[in-house]
Amino acid sequence: MQRTAFYKFHADRGAKFVDFAGWEMPISFGSVIDEHNQVREKGGLFDVSHMGRFKLTGRHVRRLLERVLTRYITDMADKSCRYALICNEQGGVMDDVILYKFPSHYMLVVNASNREKIFNHLHQVAKDENMIAKIEDQTESTAMVALQGPKVMEKIGEFSREVPTLKRYTFCEKNLLILKMTISRTGYTGEDGVEVIMGSMMAEKAIKLLVKESPNAEENVMGSVGLAARDTLRLEAAMPLYGHELSETIDPLSAGLQFAVNLNKDEMDRGETFIGQDALKTILADGIKQKRVGIKFDGKRTPRQDMAVTVDGNKVGFVTSGCLSPTLGYPIAMAYVDVAQSEIGTKLAVDLGNGKHIDGEVVALPFYKKS
Amino acid sequence: MASKTDRTYLESHEWHKVEGDLVVIGISQHAVDELSDITFIEYAKESGSISAGDTFGEIESVKATSELYCGIDGEVVEVNNELVDSPQTVNDDPWDAGWMIKVKPSNPDQVKSLLSAEDYDAKS
Repeated sequence: MQRTAFYKFHADRGAKFVDFAGWEMPISFGSVIDEHNQVREKGGLFDVSHMGRFKLTGRHVRRLLERVLTRYITDMADKSCRYALICNEQGGVMDDVILYKFPSHYMLVVNASNREKIFNHLHQVAKDENMIAKIEDQTESTAMVALQGPKVMEKIGEFSREVPTLKRYTFCEKNLLILKMTISRTGYTGEDGVEVIMGSMMAEKAIKLLVKESPNAEENVMGSVGLAARDTLRLEAAMPLYGHELSETIDPLSAGLQFAVNLNKDEMDRGETFIGQDALKTILADGIKQKRVGIKFDGKRTPRQDMAVTVDGNKVGFVTSGCLSPTLGYPIAMAYVDVAQSEIGTKLAVDLGNGKHIDGEVVALPFYKKS
Repeated sequence: MASKTDRTYLESHEWHKVEGDLVVIGISQHAVDELSDITFIEYAKESGSISAGDTFGEIESVKATSELYCGIDGEVVEVNNELVDSPQTVNDDPWDAGWMIKVKPSNPDQVKSLLSAEDYDAKS
């Protein structure tokens, strides 16, 4: 198993580790609910170094990205980021990604579980279409953390005046000692915050300087957060997770991610027809069959992935993620259900097995929105 | 951390402790550490007969849903209903305040045949 540059940093803070896509990652540091609340109330530090980071350069790199990504990227300003999907020819989602536009190159951040697949896909498309593009996997030479929570920007302000002025989905480059960092105002929790990419050699030192941890734990704004709380945070914020809400058999339109899909991309200035575009147009013309919805439940039981969603005992869909929401206090789930049952207010149930079920109703997403 | 030696165990992490003529059942610290925050507990029954290998309830945590198993034959005489309202008690004190059910055993010696703390820790 691979370890990130922060392995020791986590171990020193009592991390319980788990294998995630071949990486030994902290699942939690104690109570998952406490970590979740720490992020909603103050701030949390997440190691996301396991996510794949590719540096893209070369004469045809912009065109390659237009071919591969569902979203138009030619108009991206320098030092901005954009969320997009990568689809297969059938319109199924191969990955969801964030593209960083630097003055001299692009950086693509992909899911850990899809890193090899997307790396090979980019190479294959470039090769098949005779495009000159260099794709460099910098996952291991760099490290990445997310700092998320309502107190994070104030804390970072002690270190840089520029960072708190960044708009959402933009980034800046900062030098700390001899270490260069890319700091973007992005995240995966529903809170304000940043994600920081840095060289892995001095990553542990850099993070200690950035967070300025006090020996008195109660004074610290930022606590360590593991993958378990990252999951409940993103679920409350209704952000999709690959392997749950997204897969190669789910298309981005059913997933409700139209904002990240430009179906007329080929008609845009220097746009290209992206891979999967024609299939998605057909899916849209034929009518979307199932939709991603949010469901709120009675009681305290937890709906879990793959449980059947039913109406009057008939299966109308399946759960993709669920939890007893730490912020809201009731069970929530994201699920795919037949379009006819996807209206807000629709009453439905989730089958827990053993003849038990929990009653719920479709609610608007996200479940949680920061005040 | 070593499990308590004043009780015996199932491999599925339930401890069984003799208290007078009853056997009290709960789950180990190790199980709690694995489950993380416990969010829900439901008992299969609040009284009546139970056999070794029967489930006496279900427990849910932020990570998983699990069945709770009884290691002996007997009669359920009491369940800890306080846990239904505050399942977090099992996280805070799995060995004592987090007890789950009390069983009047059909055979008081049966509980001795379960795993010792040492054997349980060796397996978990």
